[in-house]
Amino acid sequence: MPEMNLVQAINSGLRGAMRENDDVLVLGEDVGRLGGVFRVTQGLQEEFGADRVIDTPLSESGIIGTAIGMALHGMRPVSEIQFADFIYPGFDQLVSEAAKYRYRTAGEFQVPLVVRTPYGGGIRGGQYHSQSPEALFIHTSGLKVVCPSNPYDAKGLLIEAIRDDDPVIFFEPKRVYRAVKMEVPEEPYVVPLSEAKIVRAGEQVTCVAWGAMLYEAFSAAEEVAKQGIDVEVIDLRTLWPLDVETIVSSVKKTGRLVVVHEAPQTCGFGGELVALVTERAFLYLEAPPCRVTGWDTPFPQTHEQEYLPLAHRIIPAVIETARY
Amino acid sequence: MGTPLPDKDDLLRQYRSMMRIRRFEEEAARNYAKGKIGGFLHLYIGQEAIAVGAVDALRDQDYVFQTYRDHGIALARGMPAKAAMAELFGKDTGCSRGMGGSMHFFDVERNFLGGWAIVGGHMALAAGTAFKSVYNGEDRVTICFFGEGSTNIGGFHEAMSLAGLWKLPIVFVCENNQYAMGTPLERTSALKDLSIKAKGYAMVGDRFEGHDVTLVRERLAEAVDRARTGAGPTFIEVLTYRFRGHSMSDPAKYRSRTELEQRKQLDPIQVARERLLELGVEETKLDDIDLEIDEEIEAAVKFAEESEPALREVMLGTVYAEEGDS
Repeated sequence: MPEMNLVQAINSGLRGAMRENDDVLVLGEDVGRLGGVFRVTQGLQEEFGADRVIDTPLSESGIIGTAIGMALHGMRPVSEIQFADFIYPGFDQLVSEAAKYRYRTAGEFQVPLVVRTPYGGGIRGGQYHSQSPEALFIHTSGLKVVCPSNPYDAKGLLIEAIRDDDPVIFFEPKRVYRAVKMEVPEEPYVVPLSEAKIVRAGEQVTCVAWGAMLYEAFSAAEEVAKQGIDVEVIDLRTLWPLDVETIVSSVKKTGRLVVVHEAPQTCGFGGELVALVTERAFLYLEAPPCRVTGWDTPFPQTHEQEYLPLAHRIIPAVIETARY
Repeated sequence: MGTPLPDKDDLLRQYRSMMRIRRFEEEAARNYAKGKIGGFLHLYIGQEAIAVGAVDALRDQDYVFQTYRDHGIALARGMPAKAAMAELFGKDTGCSRGMGGSMHFFDVERNFLGGWAIVGGHMALAAGTAFKSVYNGEDRVTICFFGEGSTNIGGFHEAMSLAGLWKLPIVFVCENNQYAMGTPLERTSALKDLSIKAKGYAMVGDRFEGHDVTLVRERLAEAVDRARTGAGPTFIEVLTYRFRGHSMSDPAKYRSRTELEQRKQLDPIQVARERLLELGVEETKLDDIDLEIDEEIEAAVKFAEESEPALREVMLGTVYAEEGDS
């Protein structure tokens, strides 16, 4: 089995999906001849042609809006938004149109659209090339939100997202793009949506993370293990619809919850996770649920390593929660 | 350019269609006043020739997008008055099963892809639909209506830009009824002649008065033909006027009585009626048509009143695919 990084795995997933279904096409800024700003779509235009791998103008609302129009008729467009920070000009299309089309036609129409977008910090991108806007889309009924942490999951989740009949926002952790390699099958396969994965079993603290921060949560867990604290780490993989059962049953076992995300804390997804666990496992809690997150500021240009909830910030939070 | 000579049978059919929209909306307004219809109600009264002329220039297979002022185009496209009225009443028998209401009509059978309440929000979707027709090698045209207010918003620009670039089989129809809610065009646009905008997207532009259904049909047919034969999109500005306020809650005090009365001289239904009489149609024949329509609309109200309200399970079950019935 070949080894692939995240970029190669997503490329392989797109290629596989396009080979098996002519209705799948890719559109976005620089996705064709250039192969995408991060080269995720490299080689696709050579194989599938400029009519299926479409270089668009700088036009996020148009890229997403026209893709919705295609999806209404059974096509399965995959729009790329070059950075998650650039998704806001197309926000109205996602929130007002894609998310609500099925509902307001009482199920007559569906929008099988995927919007792929690299998100997150760690590349010194500053305010407009680093953000994690997942909570805005989770908050919008009608959208699904996926965020893989590794190449195998990324390929399987992407193919499943393309086959899915609902609009999916697919966040790719850009700091992981070339940082992780693992065995990934050449052939298409799926990883089901809405299934979290326990990546490290533990008894004392539940730590929930996704995307790039999964690695930080994992290394924090390994570190505190040296002090005898046994952490269970859960990779959400799909943020919405949420696999709440996996989290709640873990917390019922450990009695303690730490949520890690890059986005600012206030109204971040961590707040929702804490609320869900508190509602469903209140009597099992041994300590206040805890959030380790980005600051409530714009994403910083210079103090990235402090803003991000890296292992050095997760470790004390886990210890404090464990010893509460 | 002179007005084309109408064919009597065409004009009779168009007269019926326009009158059907007029009576439907007058009845809707009455039921709104009685509190039987809630929320918002934006009437198309005065603009009927545009929807009817445009629909006459299309084939059944073609796609239609409209704004929230959508009753006219839906009915012109052939939506049963019962389904339309029931939607206004929020009933399960409505065209969107009561999920949409006045501003969000749909009719999948008639390729009417929706009334849209976010100004400019539907325009890129229409372009995407036109793209689909090209991608699949179908000779289907998409027509996208919007108001002059939309031409100032970003969604308009991005849809026009992509449609022009990709030479899509689409016709953009700007129904310039002079007021974006309460603000007249001269206070919102540097351009007075909006059809000039077509040039910026390498499209053919057209501009004409919209009270003569025969003229509307003829000019739309040219644009539709251009789209269907691969000659690219057209941007059309149709000059029109709404006889009522922006919505039922708008008394339209921003315009004078004189202005309104002047514009009512160009009531598209009156214009068509006079034309038909000139062509030798008996007045009694027209009266009979009016009566038939009255009966249809009356039956539609009765149907709407007697239908079941929108269903909770539809409301909660159609957000995501696996919950729904498709």
